[in-house]
Amino acid sequence: MLYREAGQFKTTYAEDMAIFPIRQDRIALAILVGIAFIGVPLLATFHVWPFGSDYLLWAILLPFLILALAAIGTNILVGYCGQISLGSGAFMAIGAYSAYKLATGVHIPLASLGFAIAIPPLPVLASILLGGLMSAGVGILFGIPSLRIKGLYLAVATLAAQFFFDWAFLRLPWFTNYAPSGSVNAPELDFFGVVVRTPVERYLLCLLFVTVLAVLAKNLVRGNLGRQWMAIRDMDIAAELIGIRPLYAKLTAFAVSSFIIGVAGALWGFVYLGSWEPLAFSIERSLDLLFMVIIGGLGSIMGSFIGAAFILIVPILLNVLPTELGLPLSTQTITHLQFIIFGSLICYLLIKEPHGFARLISIGKEKLRLWPFPY
Amino acid sequence: MIAFGQFLEVLIGGLMSGVLYSLVALGFVLIFKASGVFNYAQGAMVLLAGLALVRALDLLVANGFPLWVAVVLAIGFAAVIMAATAWLIERFVIGPLVNQDALTLFMSTIGVTFVIEGVAEMIFGSDVYPLRLFPTDAWFLFEGLFPGGILVNKLDVWGALIAGILVGGLAIFFQRTKTGRALRAVADDHLAAHSVGIPISWIWFVVWLVAGLVALVAATVWGTKLGVQFSITFLALKALPVLIIGGLTSIPGAIVGGLIVGAGEKIAEVYLGPSIGGGIEYWFAYVLALAVLLVRPQGLFGERIIERI
Amino acid sequence: MRAPDTNDILLEVERVVLSFGGVKALRDVSFNIRKGEIRAIIGPNGAGKTSMLNVINGFYRPNHGAITFKGRTRAKMQPFEAARGGIARTFQNVALFKGMSALDNIMAGRTLKVRRGLLWQVLRLGPALAEEVEHRRKVEEIIDFLEIETIRKVPVGRLPYGLQKRVELGRALAMEPDLLLLDEPMAGMNLEEKEDMSRFIIDVNNHYGTTIALIEHDMAVVMDLSDRVAVLDHGVKIADGTPDEVKRSQVVIDAYLGVAH
Repeated sequence: MLYREAGQFKTTYAEDMAIFPIRQDRIALAILVGIAFIGVPLLATFHVWPFGSDYLLWAILLPFLILALAAIGTNILVGYCGQISLGSGAFMAIGAYSAYKLATGVHIPLASLGFAIAIPPLPVLASILLGGLMSAGVGILFGIPSLRIKGLYLAVATLAAQFFFDWAFLRLPWFTNYAPSGSVNAPELDFFGVVVRTPVERYLLCLLFVTVLAVLAKNLVRGNLGRQWMAIRDMDIAAELIGIRPLYAKLTAFAVSSFIIGVAGALWGFVYLGSWEPLAFSIERSLDLLFMVIIGGLGSIMGSFIGAAFILIVPILLNVLPTELGLPLSTQTITHLQFIIFGSLICYLLIKEPHGFARLISIGKEKLRLWPFPY
Repeated sequence: MIAFGQFLEVLIGGLMSGVLYSLVALGFVLIFKASGVFNYAQGAMVLLAGLALVRALDLLVANGFPLWVAVVLAIGFAAVIMAATAWLIERFVIGPLVNQDALTLFMSTIGVTFVIEGVAEMIFGSDVYPLRLFPTDAWFLFEGLFPGGILVNKLDVWGALIAGILVGGLAIFFQRTKTGRALRAVADDHLAAHSVGIPISWIWFVVWLVAGLVALVAATVWGTKLGVQFSITFLALKALPVLIIGGLTSIPGAIVGGLIVGAGEKIAEVYLGPSIGGGIEYWFAYVLALAVLLVRPQGLFGERIIERI
Repeated sequence: MRAPDTNDILLEVERVVLSFGGVKALRDVSFNIRKGEIRAIIGPNGAGKTSMLNVINGFYRPNHGAITFKGRTRAKMQPFEAARGGIARTFQNVALFKGMSALDNIMAGRTLKVRRGLLWQVLRLGPALAEEVEHRRKVEEIIDFLEIETIRKVPVGRLPYGLQKRVELGRALAMEPDLLLLDEPMAGMNLEEKEDMSRFIIDVNNHYGTTIALIEHDMAVVMDLSDRVAVLDHGVKIADGTPDEVKRSQVVIDAYLGVAH
């Protein structure tokens, strides 16, 4: 009975265009943000349940935040603009390695031309953002084929990105500063004199990035550019006839999507992994991101969060639940079960509810609004 | 002469492994032609067929069946598994998604891939299982012409032979049989085909079945070469660029595309690899496909796509 | 009442030929559209009417002939350039963005009028928000005009056909076009919906002064609405004139009754 919007009148278009036009939603969001920014850090600092150890922060919340960010990026391209991508992992890698190179100083010897390009090590924040920009640039490059080819063909173009960059970061030692093991270590996370070290600090850093970028992404998708992307997705010919340039719409989608994914990749390397190897960003990562988007909801920012949470939590549940019930499963069985669950869920959702869990929630809210009447 | 001999050897080796890509690519083309579905699961189907085959074979041999009986029975068993898979996919995924856009269908086949991989490994196990159906030793040809001759793997020759028989068989199936003709009609326009009384779901079952059997054939050759193991699905993924290069709708395209990719990546690896760190095979096919997409989006043998509103 | 300026030509189509492979869709067709008029193109199925619209807005490239719009002659152009020039269009089979709400569909029609770029839209503050609100206000005017207030936030895929056609008209109007091309705006509608749509078309023409070219099968509607009618048959223009003139033309009657040539 609490979920009613009676008496909430909107007197301006700006109010009607707010992300959450219903007051109860805004209250729920405020509580959520409060918990995320204040509650969790407080509990974790004083090691109060469920933050007795850092497990929840390290193993769930940190990867959740970063992968949700990457899923938002993937969703912009796949869910909003309708351009399939099997290469999101590569763009995370580009973000991570570019940030790494920039943070440790870039040196490109151009002996044949008689000079060298040398950039001194940049601050961490600049490196992360420029890493995102680098990823955006490469994204635009790989988006160019999308102007001539449709969906399925693009899948192969993005696979090309995936496999090429997998290889490049593994085999070209320049990217790893000639580290003999091929793995690289993130620089100290120094933000204008504030050094981020503990799990709580890392969590807050990622939360800040994710919140800001999610809001900005939401602004884009509900503005004109977002409508252009969706128009291209739903019917590209009609979109062109109302004056949308496919070139601009598609390439901005590639750029924005790759930027967000690149930043997520840099955070994944710098903040979550700390040190990483090339295969941290393989095709499995790309498929995971695609699954998050389909399960959470194609064309929904909130869905990206739901999808990321789901993909992270299922393996953990498969690990914990049977053990609690006294039927521990082998690691292999868990992996196989996970495959089967994700795969069948994808098929089920594509058939029954292409807008994923996010849509199921909004249908639920719709029902709640009318409760106890069916309609 | 040595250099040329070596080149020839690399080229032949490449062409022969290209045939293997073609074998998988054939399955893709069949499904794409008949239902417009870009089937990501073809690689998983090769894995499933291979696992079913090798596990049944091992079990039968261990129980004292003579080898040839065991082989026949195991192939029969794997074929039944592929038929069941085809039926399940048609019934529960592709059937309900009829009339959806290509992107949705494609993503659903990624889902199917995961289910097949999970179920296959859960039932049949997830180790590397060696399969010995074909000889794997080598011939040395033209020993008079080149010092040491040119090394040609017998398995590769078997692979090429099988691919040839398969293409011939498929051509006859498409051109001469009633089902084959109905299949082409469905590919043209499934609504129209439906309205003249062609049972669509039956046809699609047949297509997935044939693709499954093609996967089984591919699995026999691949399994002999590499052992039946999970990484086969990644090698099978290379059939995607092969298709782009050959053209999505063309059976000869699948063959030629496979040969180009096979030969190209071996030659690039041998002659270019050492100077840039090696491992070019990992991405060569995809980048080549990307280049083809930019120049000739319909592929070498594909039909030009004309859009209408 | 409508008072088209008879001498002011908005669009001139000269000797256009269009063929697909061996099939000639348009053979040497010429006609013009005057500023402010409602111009109808009629003809039996397969006469080349939709092809004509596709040529006008740049979707098809004619093999021969020229098109002069607002005094500028062009050989080829991209569809979005036609849109930028002020040509809007609706389709025979509704071509809406199915995943978007009616409101978003019409808002998408404002794309060409949006001035603030990506960086402003990311922030959605100050001038960017003001601009968005301004576009929303314009779009709400159109929504009021078309009487679709109650379905604003409904995804168009769920709307009945008649309403979808109205939303599509709304999207075209949001572009504030100089020339509005309507491809069978009343196809598949019942009598009441047809009357509504006719009223909207006349109102658009009166209220916004938009020039309209439409394809329609319902003769009664065409004769009532239009100022001038061009008749196509097998890609050839066989008659052109006021509704009364066309109605009396023997060639037209023959074409519709299927008399052998």
